[in-house]
Amino acid sequence: MTKRENEITWKDVGVGGIVEEAGNASQYESGTWRSQRPTYDFSRCIKCGLCQLFCPEGCIEQNAEGYFEANMYYCKGCGICARECWTKVITMVEEEE
Amino acid sequence: MAERVGIEVSLAVAEAAMMANTDVVAAYPITPQTHIVEHLAELVADGALDAAYIPVESEHSAMSACLGASAAGARTFTATAGQGLELMHEVLYVASNMQLPVVMAVANRALSSPLSVWGDHSDVMSVRDTGWIQIFVENGQESLDNVLCAFRIAEDPRVLLPIMVHLDGFYLSHVIEPIVYPEQSEVDKFIPPFKYALRLDTDNPVSMGTFAPPVVYSETKKAQELHLRSTKEVILECWREFGKQFGRNYCPVESYHAEDASILMLTMGSFSETAMTAVDKLRGEGMDVGLVRLRLWRPFPFEELREAVKNADVLIVLDRAISYGGPGGPVCSEIRSALYNEVKKPKVVGFVGGLGGRDITVAGFEDIIKKGLDISQNGSEEEFEIYGVRE
Repeated sequence: MTKRENEITWKDVGVGGIVEEAGNASQYESGTWRSQRPTYDFSRCIKCGLCQLFCPEGCIEQNAEGYFEANMYYCKGCGICARECWTKVITMVEEEE
Repeated sequence: MAERVGIEVSLAVAEAAMMANTDVVAAYPITPQTHIVEHLAELVADGALDAAYIPVESEHSAMSACLGASAAGARTFTATAGQGLELMHEVLYVASNMQLPVVMAVANRALSSPLSVWGDHSDVMSVRDTGWIQIFVENGQESLDNVLCAFRIAEDPRVLLPIMVHLDGFYLSHVIEPIVYPEQSEVDKFIPPFKYALRLDTDNPVSMGTFAPPVVYSETKKAQELHLRSTKEVILECWREFGKQFGRNYCPVESYHAEDASILMLTMGSFSETAMTAVDKLRGEGMDVGLVRLRLWRPFPFEELREAVKNADVLIVLDRAISYGGPGGPVCSEIRSALYNEVKKPKVVGFVGGLGGRDITVAGFEDIIKKGLDISQNGSEEEFEIYGVRE
């Protein structure tokens, strides 16, 4: 993969801005849009995976313990996971807090 | 042998595109450019030019089709004027940033309203900042020559940018002139086949015209700006090669008795030839006057312009467009800003004239030069004067 988007200099912009490699949309850091972020109380989590199904960004994955957690590089902080979670694991907090 | 023929300039422009072996023409007819694309349609229909002619429903579509054709690796030509250029407007920026080397002849026309089909440079000035290379021509021969040069420059791997060749509507487009036609074999030697390395190709897919978030948009714009500036060297090289092969030479800033003249007139396009005659007459009367003509409009030839005017006391600039409520003529404004930081520079006086097909005669240019000299000495209440308006 080429450089991350915030490392690209004007000299890296190729002819006509043509992108030759496939799949580089994954470098797009949509997490920078976020004003709120999800916080977790995994003691309440039943690992149902509903948050992962509802996440419009597709950025929720299971961590080493099997709990579902958002990848903050992509999480836009929409809060849909927190609203859909049956057992109230997820609380959205303001980014600056 | 090259052949000298009497032909309407529009037809010669179309035949230059044919000699360059254009693959695709997508165009919509509009006065005063219509004869160019009409003739290309004929040439394709008659089998004289093996190209795809795409008749579209608007200029927006014409330029969009040109982008697609060029992206697929085709040598692409179109022509337009006035309102047609305006309707293409948003697509022009796409062509330049995507580095698609479309060649377009523009038969310069005034913009509505009031409706005018006649010539001036208001259409050009509205597309000044679209990132295209822009060349002005003064007569039929220059039109043909520079359409040929445009293909070579645009498709040069060091350039890959679209080019507009500006020829004044009616003054050039509809005039029959003697034009030297080069041999086809010589044209073939001058314009190598187009090999665009990154064309649309299902076997080697790439993404074109992608999206740039704020974190990279500025980087793409700096790259585009520095790239357009860097193409000047290739343009000069192409004109030098053209001169060697065909014996006609072109420079970004042309001068006429300008080397040591204390008074200079500056023009762009076909009016320059009339201005030359006025300069001859005034020099005959003992006035120390010369003419500078701007041929390369983008990238702007800063060094050449400064060099051409550095010894003059007065520089009188004629614009054929108005920047309403602004500094007057767009060309004059750019000349002023190009000279502002120079230690030794002429006093710049701006005139706007030749709007919507209004003629400026030899006597008119004499009058402008004399008035300009007077304003440079005695000042004026106006930022610029619209020449020849009935009070």
